[in-house]
Amino acid sequence: MTMNAAAGTEASGSVRGAAGDGAGAPVVLDSLSRSFGAVRALDGLSLDIAPGELVALLGPSGCGKTTALRIVAGFEHADAGSVTVDGRDVSPVPAAKRDMGMVFQSYSLFPNMTALENVAFGLRMRKIAAGQRNKRAAALLDMVGLAPQARQYPHQLSGGQQQRVALARALAIEPRVLLLDEPLSALDAKVRLQLREQIRTLQQRLGTTTLFVTHDQEEALSMADRVGVMRDGRLEQIATPSELYSTPATAFVAEFVGTMNRVPGTYQGNDEVTVLGTVAPVHGEHANVPAGAVDVLVRPEGLTVEAVAAGDGIVTDRTFLGSLTRVSVLLSGDVAVKVDKPSTAAVDLVPGTSVQVGVAGGEPVLITEHK
Amino acid sequence: MAAVASAEQIGSQAPRPAARRRSFPVWRWAVLLIAAVYFGIPLYSGLKFAGFKAFTQVVGYQDFGSAFGLSLRLALIATVLTLVLMVPTTVYVHLRLPRIRRMMEAITILPIVIPPIVLIIGVLKVAPGFLISTPNLLGLEYVILAMPFAYRSLDSGLRSFDVKTLVEASNSLGAGWPTTLWRVVIPNLRTAMLSATVLTVALVLGEYTMASLDNFQTFPVWIVNFEQNSGTVAVAASLLALFVTWLLLMLIVTLGSRRARKHGGAEVALFTVSTQTRQTVGETE
Repeated sequence: MTMNAAAGTEASGSVRGAAGDGAGAPVVLDSLSRSFGAVRALDGLSLDIAPGELVALLGPSGCGKTTALRIVAGFEHADAGSVTVDGRDVSPVPAAKRDMGMVFQSYSLFPNMTALENVAFGLRMRKIAAGQRNKRAAALLDMVGLAPQARQYPHQLSGGQQQRVALARALAIEPRVLLLDEPLSALDAKVRLQLREQIRTLQQRLGTTTLFVTHDQEEALSMADRVGVMRDGRLEQIATPSELYSTPATAFVAEFVGTMNRVPGTYQGNDEVTVLGTVAPVHGEHANVPAGAVDVLVRPEGLTVEAVAAGDGIVTDRTFLGSLTRVSVLLSGDVAVKVDKPSTAAVDLVPGTSVQVGVAGGEPVLITEHK
Repeated sequence: MAAVASAEQIGSQAPRPAARRRSFPVWRWAVLLIAAVYFGIPLYSGLKFAGFKAFTQVVGYQDFGSAFGLSLRLALIATVLTLVLMVPTTVYVHLRLPRIRRMMEAITILPIVIPPIVLIIGVLKVAPGFLISTPNLLGLEYVILAMPFAYRSLDSGLRSFDVKTLVEASNSLGAGWPTTLWRVVIPNLRTAMLSATVLTVALVLGEYTMASLDNFQTFPVWIVNFEQNSGTVAVAASLLALFVTWLLLMLIVTLGSRRARKHGGAEVALFTVSTQTRQTVGETE
């Protein structure tokens, strides 16, 4: 499964040459809008992708992420806005002339061609001589660790192998932009994990600008340089994975990425909120939130839990996660929260234990209108 | 990772699971027997009536060669035109106009519903002068007649693989429409095209009404005309036509299935949606 290390080094010269010499192009999506009947799939989406950067578009089904990717690929047209690659507006350029490699969600290898022929297809379209294209296709197959399967037809390959051939095929045409449309979603968890590492390694090595669409936050956070969270055709926030997790800009982002607790609190109106008996600083969008009762969004690691005789909550469950244990607590007022605690300190927190839950001091929290 | 590599490779090279031995209950034998009797008795009676001598005489009779040649020519015209017209149309409907697929099904069934005499009168009214009274006009009429069968074959073929994704993959790799159609769609549609071909050929070799109304002596018309001179030879010719058509069908099905086994493509299916044999090995790895 792993990239053929020896072959990777040996073939790196030809493969790097075949796959773009690390010359990724800057991509700019400017105010893209697209409607399908009454449904507005994209609503003024703007995004700048730096050369060689891997940006993931993350969001729930129907948020417009695939539409955005398809517009970049040239399979859809935007009602308004433009796509610029390397400073050139490619909106009127047909998909076949955009020089973008794409890996699809469903298996997209041509069933009538072997793995090698599939990889060489794009080179053939570029009228590269048979000997040279076969050599380059073989080098790319070697790079994704599938040299022995070169003569096999797609139906003789596993799902993971097919997607690796599809990746090699997309890279073979020396794309300056690589588009990945949920390429791992049809694979099982184990293969998915390995393939995403491989994609990331190759992308970094080749320096190809990459736009990756996924609904799997773990995939997006682990692979991307930056993650854009989309909602209703717009970008809610684009940031590095750690920024997105630690300082989400909106309640939607906070709750979409990672686990988040909603705890009732009181907003003082001065960038501070009282929650679980603690005053905490507020960050993110809250200009429109009036003072008074609010929901405070706190991650499990942002809460503390201690066993006390007459606490304000009771442990309902706990899940061992290795070094951490996630403790589920039911607070008064039927508020359920999850709290992460070092496993060594969570031994006594068995279901039924009376506990006191608080907010870890100093950490800024996000607030939203009370539901 | 290395461990998975070997697991994957093992998965990829693992033989397909052996076909499960299916039980074949008595009632199925009974159904088969009834069908065999139903179809077999007339054939046997025909053979007995004609006698083997008549088969050797058929070829030497007057106009046999020209009638059979005309039928073959018409079969060729109808098949080529049907494929040239129907393949791009069906692909286009699948890719760009999937919503009108039901309407297409309804439209393509019209030639079966409308009586041939009505079709002929309609065609004669609109046909250009240089075509009227040439066999080419009959070829065009057969294209219309073959449409329901060809459309269904091609439609079922297109349903057997993800044509939209393959076309987009081809486009993203730099292939334009003609190249995509030629190198990606048609090779994967070959089985369905073979099915459409065999149905069209069978239809043309057996069609009587239109040919006789248009005053062309095709093979079926020759058989009917000849019946008045020699019943035994006419029956032998009918059986010969049936045998040739059957042989053609078997040949196409065999070729198609062999190809399907090699590429993991759809099995030859004349009318039904093809069996999806293009499965991924070891889906779960």
